[in-house]
Amino acid sequence: MEIEDISPISAAPEIDQETADAIAIDERSKGDFKYPEDHKYDAGVGLTEDTIRYISKVKKEKDWILEFRLKALEVFFAKAMPTNWATEDLNNIEFDKIRYYLANGQRPTRSWDEVPDDIKETFERLGIPQQERAFLAGVEAQFDSEAAYSNVKEDLEKDGVIFVNSTEGLREHEEIFRPYFGKVIPTGDNKFSALNSAVFSGGSFIYIPKGLKVKQPLQAYFRINSENFGQFERTLIIADEGSEVMYMEGCTAPKFETATLHSAVVELVALKGAKIQYVTVQNWSANVFNLVTKRGLAHEDAEIRWIDCNIGSRLTMKYPGVIMKGERARGEVISIALANDGQHQDTGAKMIHAANNTTSNVVSKSISVGKGISTYRGQVHIPKHLKGCKNNTECDALLINSNSQTDTYPAITVRGNQHVTQHEASVSQVSQEMLFYMQQRGLSETQAMSLAVNGFVNDLVSEFPMEYSVELKRLIDLEMEGSVG
Amino acid sequence: MSIIIKDLHAKIGDTEILKGVNLEIPKGEVHAIMGINGSGKSTLSKVIAGHDDYEVTSGSIEMDGQDILELDIDERSREGIFLAFQYPMEIPGVSNANFIRAALNARLPEGEELDAVAYYKDLYSKMDGLEMDRKFTARAVNEGFSGGEKKRNEILQMAMLEPKYCILDETDSGLDIDALKIVSKGVNSLRTEDRGFLIITHYQRLLNYIKPDVVHVMYDGQIIKSGGPELALELEEKGYDHLKPVPAKA
Repeated sequence: MEIEDISPISAAPEIDQETADAIAIDERSKGDFKYPEDHKYDAGVGLTEDTIRYISKVKKEKDWILEFRLKALEVFFAKAMPTNWATEDLNNIEFDKIRYYLANGQRPTRSWDEVPDDIKETFERLGIPQQERAFLAGVEAQFDSEAAYSNVKEDLEKDGVIFVNSTEGLREHEEIFRPYFGKVIPTGDNKFSALNSAVFSGGSFIYIPKGLKVKQPLQAYFRINSENFGQFERTLIIADEGSEVMYMEGCTAPKFETATLHSAVVELVALKGAKIQYVTVQNWSANVFNLVTKRGLAHEDAEIRWIDCNIGSRLTMKYPGVIMKGERARGEVISIALANDGQHQDTGAKMIHAANNTTSNVVSKSISVGKGISTYRGQVHIPKHLKGCKNNTECDALLINSNSQTDTYPAITVRGNQHVTQHEASVSQVSQEMLFYMQQRGLSETQAMSLAVNGFVNDLVSEFPMEYSVELKRLIDLEMEGSVG
Repeated sequence: MSIIIKDLHAKIGDTEILKGVNLEIPKGEVHAIMGINGSGKSTLSKVIAGHDDYEVTSGSIEMDGQDILELDIDERSREGIFLAFQYPMEIPGVSNANFIRAALNARLPEGEELDAVAYYKDLYSKMDGLEMDRKFTARAVNEGFSGGEKKRNEILQMAMLEPKYCILDETDSGLDIDALKIVSKGVNSLRTEDRGFLIITHYQRLLNYIKPDVVHVMYDGQIIKSGGPELALELEEKGYDHLKPVPAKA
């Protein structure tokens, strides 16, 4: 059946007044704008088996994928919301009002010239073209569900690197991706991984061949551009033995008046001696629920690093993890979270030691501004039968004004006595005297706060690739604007 | 051209600290304020700088004819008021060089940036004058600095920002004699016809190195006596008691 024969379940609605108003708001940041919606395929509002069948059909998926999705939908419906430990705000997600799939029906384009003008303009404002030309090896930029632009430079393609979206990955490279798909994060891991498994679209599927060390970072930008549109990208990166890759993911979203759901699943597999670094800088608008499951599997002598920065969103729940399955595997999570007024950053790390002499390191810094809430949840698991495992966990919180809140829930399960673990936590404040000192030197209150916050995260920012550290600083500056008072 | 303070009253909470201060600091002059603890010396410096804790209830502060009480802390700074702190704050993670550069950039028109090469050249030469090691550019502002290093760093910032009026709040406290000499040398090198100084100190010692034109004595929120440098020596010799009886301590 041709794609063209499938009519949308419902047409995309006219832009309502609230959305139009939201567009008109003076831009708060480069991400704070949008273009008219023009979705050729639209799975409509709400979630039923029909929604799943529709998505699968549009994507011309094989039966096993449809089965996978349908099973996941059952799991999603069956699983309770995790409000027994997480915030009750989760109950405010209106699953019936969300759009689960939108695509403009175009095949991913390879050359920049083929990208539609309005999308190009969006990317232009996000600063992508320059970056791409400057030094990015490949771009898989996601505009709503489908990749609008994807380009893997020739030398990488020649080297056997596969860098495609999830649909193409499962369709064209099933033999490579299927064995690992849904294995690091099983469907039933949590309610939102189940949801993603049911409705996923977009995301990046990447394979790095044996021994190849990719010098330049691979990059993808994600945006949410439709009201009530949940974005459920699915990413799977496989680094074959001895290979190395860095993947960068940046998210900015325009402002909307009603809540938007983003629920990604990212699985990483580092085979023997491989090294994967996954870098995220997120700047969600203040109404987004960002509920993401990220986990990596590190084989013998392999290394997985999550470098993660969360700014914005109404609620972010994200605990990147590494399962150290092979001896001497290393796992690391470096994270920065900034919770402004009305925002809740519930982040942390999960380190599962499953082999001898494995090492993990967690450094988490959170900033709470105004009524912002930062929560750190860490899990370190070292079973009794292992020896020579090490974990270092460090969480530092910075409070800006007395309303801010920060909580730390470390759960360190270490059995046996042949391991080394270390846990440090600190809470500090940007005091009025510190601000007075900086202002007395001529910095405005906003500049002073930005400087203090940037100073607080400074040692972690240096872990981010150069252009991200610049962007990060800019995002922090923007967040501090308007938080004064 | 001067800072003119007229009948200045200021309180913190319900406690009045400044009870009618009158003071004029013309450009080109160095004024010293001496007084016992709690006389309001430090409060005066913070009120001039615009600290939010203090409420000015009456009186005025004018700088070169401009009413500065309406200005925010940072505006006053950019207009030319510099306060060298008694206890300089630490700013973790922010390098000294970046901090001073940010302060200088804040003085430039929107969109303009300092030339980095010229900036470092200027910074290094001023650090040399204060006998500061180059490593202080990369270290976080005042973090882990000794008392003397912090005070030198204050003078460095003062030299870099080139203010019109400098207020030094007990800059001599916690300094050994060598550091005191270096800091004083730094201050003296900034003495010009275009710059006024207000030096707050407990002890006459500092004034051996930074010669004041006028010495004021502050007591209970007021300037109760002013005179030449000899007044500092007199205070050193006779103490404050002969000027105003100090209530017996409980």
